[in-house]
Amino acid sequence: MKYAKLLAATALVASSGLAVPRAQADDLTLCWAAWDPANALVELSKEFEAEYGHTMNFEFVPWPNFADRMLNELNSGGKLCDLLIGDSQWIGGGAENGHYVKLNDFFDKEGISMDDFAAATVYAYSTWPKGTPNYYALPAMGDANGWFYRKDWFEKPEIQAAFKEKHGRDLTPPKTQAELLEVAQFFQEREIDGQKRYGAAIFTERGSEGITMGATSSMYPFGFKYEMTPGKYDMEGAVNSPEAVAGLEFYKELYKTATPPGYTDSYMEQSLDAFKSGQVAMAMNWFAFFPGLYADPDVGGEKIGFFVNPGQNVEASTLGGQGISVISYSDKRDAALEYVKWFAQPSVQKKWWDLGGYSCHVSVLNDPGFADSAPFASDFLLAMDNVKDFWQEPAYAELLLAMQKRLHDYVVADVGTAKEALDKLIEDWNETFEDEGKL
Amino acid sequence: MSSYSITEPSSRQKWAAGTLVIVYAVITLLPLVWILTTGFKSPVDAIAYPPKVLFEPSLEGYVNLFTTRTRVTPEQLESLPPPASWYEQIVRNRDMVIAGPSRYGERFLNSVIIGFGSTFLSVFLGTLAAYAFSRFKVPMKDDLLFFILSTRMMPPIAVAIPIFLMFRTLGLSDTHLGMILLYTAVNISLAVWLLKGFIDEIPREYEEAALIDGYTRFQAFYKVVLPQAATGIASTAIFCLIFSWNEYAFAVLLTSGTAQTAPPFIPTIIGVGGQDWPAVAAGATLFLVPVMVFTILLRKHLLRGITFGAVRK
Amino acid sequence: MSDTPIDRVAKATPPSVAGKIRGLSDRTIAWLFVAPTIFLLLAVNIFPLMWTINLSFTNFRANRPNREVDYVGLRNYERILTDGDIWLTMQATAHFLFWTIVLQVLIGFALAWLINRKFKGNDLWTTLIVLPMMLSPAVVGNFWTFLYQPQIGLFNYGISFLTEADPSSFQMIGDVALAPWSIVIVDTWMWTPFVMLICLAGLRSIPDYIYEAAEIDRASKWRQFWTITVPMVLPFLMLAVLFRGIENFKMFDLVVQLTGGGPGSVTELTSINLKREAFEKWRTGYASAYAIILFVTVFGLASIYVKALNKVKER
Repeated sequence: MKYAKLLAATALVASSGLAVPRAQADDLTLCWAAWDPANALVELSKEFEAEYGHTMNFEFVPWPNFADRMLNELNSGGKLCDLLIGDSQWIGGGAENGHYVKLNDFFDKEGISMDDFAAATVYAYSTWPKGTPNYYALPAMGDANGWFYRKDWFEKPEIQAAFKEKHGRDLTPPKTQAELLEVAQFFQEREIDGQKRYGAAIFTERGSEGITMGATSSMYPFGFKYEMTPGKYDMEGAVNSPEAVAGLEFYKELYKTATPPGYTDSYMEQSLDAFKSGQVAMAMNWFAFFPGLYADPDVGGEKIGFFVNPGQNVEASTLGGQGISVISYSDKRDAALEYVKWFAQPSVQKKWWDLGGYSCHVSVLNDPGFADSAPFASDFLLAMDNVKDFWQEPAYAELLLAMQKRLHDYVVADVGTAKEALDKLIEDWNETFEDEGKL
Repeated sequence: MSSYSITEPSSRQKWAAGTLVIVYAVITLLPLVWILTTGFKSPVDAIAYPPKVLFEPSLEGYVNLFTTRTRVTPEQLESLPPPASWYEQIVRNRDMVIAGPSRYGERFLNSVIIGFGSTFLSVFLGTLAAYAFSRFKVPMKDDLLFFILSTRMMPPIAVAIPIFLMFRTLGLSDTHLGMILLYTAVNISLAVWLLKGFIDEIPREYEEAALIDGYTRFQAFYKVVLPQAATGIASTAIFCLIFSWNEYAFAVLLTSGTAQTAPPFIPTIIGVGGQDWPAVAAGATLFLVPVMVFTILLRKHLLRGITFGAVRK
Repeated sequence: MSDTPIDRVAKATPPSVAGKIRGLSDRTIAWLFVAPTIFLLLAVNIFPLMWTINLSFTNFRANRPNREVDYVGLRNYERILTDGDIWLTMQATAHFLFWTIVLQVLIGFALAWLINRKFKGNDLWTTLIVLPMMLSPAVVGNFWTFLYQPQIGLFNYGISFLTEADPSSFQMIGDVALAPWSIVIVDTWMWTPFVMLICLAGLRSIPDYIYEAAEIDRASKWRQFWTITVPMVLPFLMLAVLFRGIENFKMFDLVVQLTGGGPGSVTELTSINLKREAFEKWRTGYASAYAIILFVTVFGLASIYVKALNKVKER
């Protein structure tokens, strides 16, 4: 500790002699979720502090409260955060309600080009209205929902033999959703190393966004779509299509037949917990956690393998990830913009990836060595090619809460059928879009 | 009452009743004891099956409560100088280093500032109003008092929306001042009702004598009435403090960082992989103990406090 | 201004008395003393309530400052009253209210009766029993999720100890059938002492001579209990029910931390549902109408109840 401080202090003294004298040193606060990449960002930001003389403070909120608290903060015009790494779906509201600073002029002035960032991430994290060159954030953290499994269990000869006998094929990481279910059910309640194990840890959380992010990871591959014609809000026949119904029914079967007991309200932390404690053979979670998992002394390294969310009728992964935005209520806009400018540099982006953050910069992603730089790097590229995101409308929260309720009611609380759940969801969404004046 | 009284329960009855009550008390206190002990368990002991009653005490929960930590590789750990303190040693044992203090201290301090600030204000204003209601002839006094009481019956959520909008417009969101004013408004009904009861019990003759001696009404109030009402004021203050100490709904809606109190914060204490139960228990213990102490101090006035003075015994 | 309650208070003070005293007149003092309280309550309660009523007729959204606000008449009220999901939350609330009150009255009264046997050390045990209700419901609710954990939780372990059921075979807060009971149990644990204290006050208010007279009339203990104890305690008990009823109708913090309304929506009480509408979906106008409906319901029920209570007291 003391050494680190000393080092930072020395760096500060050294840099103040070299860097352009600053008008003033500000105390900046960056808000994000409390998770592994956030710690990496703290580490990374020390360079910014040394270089620019500003002090970085961090407000990291646990995921289950993140959206609730941050959206509340924005809606009350709060000045807690100068910079916010907000979820992809907030961009519509952030832009339309004036919470986020529009960055176009700043990008032009500083020579930051959005062409330097992967197109899918710019589309998802930065633009509003979607796909137009109006930028409200810089892609900060690419992410998608992926899978990891106990490679050491998969490779056990007796397990392989048992699987082959039962299913007539080799036990490999699943390539389709149907295989995923088969493998998960195979491991369910199977005794390995003298302990009862379970199939898969999936998302079923009710309070924030968990079950929607989990269930769509099955529903997208089956063919779930939000609209028949993009931009027309015609959801009948898309949201409740036979494929969507099959996808939702599939997720319920996965939940009912292949998850650990008591798995009724679980999200990222519970999935990590179940995997690290050796309860499950496979688990879904965001790529953001993969570096930490790979480094885990108990289940990482040789014991862990990764795979991209399996397709079914189509290849698809649920999008996560965030862009970094400057909050319009901040009094320290210039310093906050300096942070964004600093963060956009290819050298910083490279270091960001090295520390465990998922850079969206093409110089990092297109680097020939990237795919081999980590065991999950190539899967990450694969996933980002086929990501799908939830509505990013300004009414996103309302749309999400409706989906959370309908999905949890059906999957966990056994209310009605999948078709009924999706029909009701359309009713809820129609009501919202009517209120919005979009229908 | 003499021991021969026919209404006095027999000793066998007493013994049976005592046993039943003690059994209930033990069961009902178990969760509290569990909070207390979990705070001193290691993370492994905390989630052991079957639940551990005997365990080796550890301060890890308390260390985790007050620090943020980052994981380091064994090689990095090797290269560090030896830990300078016992708490650093505890953290190092888990392959981690202390990255800084946690937010718990700040949140606790916010609870103290907002709790004491609003308590002072509600008791101050409440004493004045209670005195006026107690001593002056007031038409519609009953209506006014009922109005004051009824504000407490209102679901907080019914006024939360405009209060949120008001705070946003006035810049009071996430400020100590805003929360103090809000909690004062919620507490003042209790303060007025309780204090009026206490002041009513002080004989008017004392003041009248003082007035005849040449005191002004104001002097009579603070030199005669206030000292007499001191016990009542103190217990009213504790009831107000307990409310603002425990309040959650408004705190979660109206504060996000600067002025956030402990109740919305404690449930968000997480460790590596889910909630860090020893740390949560440690945070809860530190937060609950003051209230437990107050409850014991207050036991004579408890009933009066929780029923707005409706039941006095 | 001349019509405010404060002025009436002030005017009511006889000027003759005020005139006799040096310094500030009684009238001024009364005005000075009462005004801040009334002002604060008007500002933080009455004004917001009026504002809520006004908002309830609009389609305003607090998270959309740039959007046009229209008056939509009674549309919000109509939508709420015809929404099946809201009726389900009302049912969940009714279940919670009914069972918490029944259990707390039964256990609370029994405890008070036992404590009133005046065994040695009853004061100490009473104080200890009272502790749970003084604690922060949010913190307590959060910790109970730990006690309810399948297998490792103390509650599940205790139940399995008594019934020999496997402690990981049931989950109180994750199971659709058990979750409504999980919140009833914690609320009962927390608030039974409240009912107990009030009952105790009721029992202690019964003068001994009534029992002595009954003894002389050779009335059985059982008869004494039903003809003396119960009727004398009833007004106290009804008061306790009133307080608990109002509090639990508003219930938010404990349940939100305990189950968050889940699984599905089986423990989504009206306050939780309302909070979602108002501060997560940000349908401010709609939520305002919802709040007004709840407010009117509580006040309506409470005033009917208070009338009944007064009748009982008169007897």
